[in-house]
Amino acid sequence: MPSKLKSPKALEALQKKLGKVADAGKVSISVCNGTACRPYGSNPVVEAFKTEIEKRGVADKIDFRITGCHGFCERGPVALIQPGNIFYQKIQVDDIPEIVEKTLLNRIVIERLLFKNDSVGNIQAQVDIPFYKKQQRIILGNNVKIDPTSIEDYIAIGGYSALSKSLFELKPEQIIDMVKASGLRGRGGGGFPTGAKWESCRNAHGDIKYVIVNADEGDPGAYANEGLLSGNPHSVLEGLIIGAYAIGAHQGYIYVRNEYPLALKNITIAMQQAEKLGLLGKDILGSGFDFNVRINRGGGAFVCGESTALMASLEGKPGEPRAKYIHTVEKGLWERPSDLNNVETWANIPLIINNGPEWFSAIGSSGNTGTKIFSLTGKVNNTGLVEVPLGIKLRDIIFDIGGGIRDGKKFKAVQTGGPSGGCLPESMLDLPVNFDELTKAGSMMGSGGMIVMDEDNCMVDVARYFLTFLEEESCGKCVPCREGIKRMRQILNDICDGKGQESDIDLLKELGAHLQDSALCALGSSAPNPVLTTINYFHDEYMAHIRDKKCPAGVCKALIHFYIKDNCPGCGLCVKACPTNAITFVEKRKPVILDQSKCIKCRTCYDICKMGAVGIE
Amino acid sequence: MSETVTLTIDGKKYTAERGRTVLQVATDNGIRIPTLCHNEAIEPYGACRLCVVEVTRGSRTRIVTSCLYPVEEGLIVQTASDRVIRNRKMLLDLLLARCSENEVIKNLAAEYGVTQPSFRQEYWEKNDCIVCGLCVRACEQVVGVSAISLVNRGISKEPAPPFLEKATDCIGCGSCYYVCPTHAIKMEDKNGVRRIHNWKVEFKLKKCSKCGIYWAPEAQLEYIRRKADLPVGFFDICPNCR
Repeated sequence: MPSKLKSPKALEALQKKLGKVADAGKVSISVCNGTACRPYGSNPVVEAFKTEIEKRGVADKIDFRITGCHGFCERGPVALIQPGNIFYQKIQVDDIPEIVEKTLLNRIVIERLLFKNDSVGNIQAQVDIPFYKKQQRIILGNNVKIDPTSIEDYIAIGGYSALSKSLFELKPEQIIDMVKASGLRGRGGGGFPTGAKWESCRNAHGDIKYVIVNADEGDPGAYANEGLLSGNPHSVLEGLIIGAYAIGAHQGYIYVRNEYPLALKNITIAMQQAEKLGLLGKDILGSGFDFNVRINRGGGAFVCGESTALMASLEGKPGEPRAKYIHTVEKGLWERPSDLNNVETWANIPLIINNGPEWFSAIGSSGNTGTKIFSLTGKVNNTGLVEVPLGIKLRDIIFDIGGGIRDGKKFKAVQTGGPSGGCLPESMLDLPVNFDELTKAGSMMGSGGMIVMDEDNCMVDVARYFLTFLEEESCGKCVPCREGIKRMRQILNDICDGKGQESDIDLLKELGAHLQDSALCALGSSAPNPVLTTINYFHDEYMAHIRDKKCPAGVCKALIHFYIKDNCPGCGLCVKACPTNAITFVEKRKPVILDQSKCIKCRTCYDICKMGAVGIE
Repeated sequence: MSETVTLTIDGKKYTAERGRTVLQVATDNGIRIPTLCHNEAIEPYGACRLCVVEVTRGSRTRIVTSCLYPVEEGLIVQTASDRVIRNRKMLLDLLLARCSENEVIKNLAAEYGVTQPSFRQEYWEKNDCIVCGLCVRACEQVVGVSAISLVNRGISKEPAPPFLEKATDCIGCGSCYYVCPTHAIKMEDKNGVRRIHNWKVEFKLKKCSKCGIYWAPEAQLEYIRRKADLPVGFFDICPNCR
């Protein structure tokens, strides 16, 4: 660990020294050990690399780095080798000796481990892989270059130079002007102009002010904040310190959900390292500016991602939101001016300071500048964390980056913005992805969830699923949210059970409008989105449930039954798999018999049959 | 130094002190806005939403809760626009489905023309609580005891003593009972004993040494005596005999 840095010059000198080491021309390999690669076995892969490198005594020839998320989670564990930008995917422990021997020591590419594409064949360079091609990874791109537990790695790629520039070359007002000029909008989903928020907080009355990182990402399926905070914690911390200086705060809080152990661990290490180097704490870099940070763990309530509920939780109270008629920039945490921004918003700040607001505003589209990270999940071929310029079309994300729908099925809908986002149909695939267009379409940006659905998803069931989640996560303070979401979910239940009435649609719409109008916080006011958008874009499907008592996607159990088709060869696979012994074997080459009275519609026979001989209607 | 602002409520201009809420100013001027979770002695909370009004500031019109919204210069308030009424009706519809036999809710709903809820009636165990939180807030802010709190979240949220056991910190003052807008708190004084069933507590009542009536829980009187540093025996006589 280098010693405490007491001036910008000292930081520059350290940067040069570390940069030289990094540029020494050694072959380097960055192995992803992020949260998504771990269940695929990245931990043993990392250990195997260490053992192999040690066994061969080649540690001085290879720059081996364990990093955070590379984004292409679908193909984990993944690694990137330089020079050559060689991208290996689905690496197993057995592959490691070969990778070290061939690629790292003798620069021979192992074709087997490359990404394969039916149309182009094997692709070697990461940049050429369709998943990465249309992305613009200005924030996440650094994840592959650094070990998140090493401040030296971050400094080597220019880390903390934006902080140094801010403290010694810029006045707080100038920083705010730069952030304003960049057009950066809040990445937690609200899309409020960040610079304006900072300015209000700076101008608010009071000596004591706070800055807060919202890392309470709670959307099911979303892990964009996790990938950033665990993969590059220093970028968030650097942004936060710059913000504190610009706003005039000396105390910061990082609110991380406890379900993010890796992010928690890495941001804790990052803070300790920054403090040791004099980049955090008293008299930062000899500038006279003091700033301390505290980490608070969130207990897992979804509503605590809402700014006022988060602040209540920080105060040690139950996570209940309050009205924001008096803004938190004026009266926030402990009634003091507080600026809260999302993890991703903070990580953008060093980039804006280093590269200038013009550079930033040239990315994306007018009014929606910069990039946005999305967690691309669901029925898409390439799941993972993607970072794209704002204004890109949904189609480009789902079909080019995401590689289209799994198993050749048909695209049906995409839900953006987490559980309270809207479901957008195929006709809206050319919608530019930005704050305003998504809201206009009845959905929202949220913190960057993107769940892709195919023909097998029933949209009424999908709406019910999200409403069930929101019903459980409502804090219960205000009547519209507590009572209204439950009632919407009950009506959806009825529709899925074949007990729906045509008047239910109007009641859902009425209730939805009521929640949007009068719920206390955004959880309640956005909760109707999944219902209202599915009614709007998939009206026929609702009517099929209500009028014809049919579930076209074959999902709602009360409205479907399974049957055996004539082409059943009587192989007996389903007979063995059926948990209720509802299927009887007759004889070979004769269709089996399904007893409807015993069938619990668990779908096992349908999924196991290789002949497509089980039908749903 | 008190500054004043001028605002319009239902077409009429009013001047009001800065820092007051729309609800306070409306009430001061005889304009009735319904509320269930509001009490002047307790910090506004914004849970029942019944006090919603439509406010216009510049080109933006929106629904806000008047109990929390501070008055502003030039603000235009509508306390009974179609949109406001629509929202109140739905709130009462939702509350009526929850407490379908509660007289307070039934009467208020009937005032807005809601007599049959649009939703399944779920008057579980004749629970009249609408989770307005007044009992909890009175106990904390007025009494200073915090014997109860709101527990759980979402539809299961309810006021309760710690761990749903007996409220050991309760002094039996009954503030919760008095502020409850729907009479959901069941309290009775009988044979020299006060029982608050919701919190599973009972208290011995103090007998006036002069007239002999039972006039307040001993625990409450002791709490006040200590807090106000009064001499032992101060509360032996009831206020009427003093």
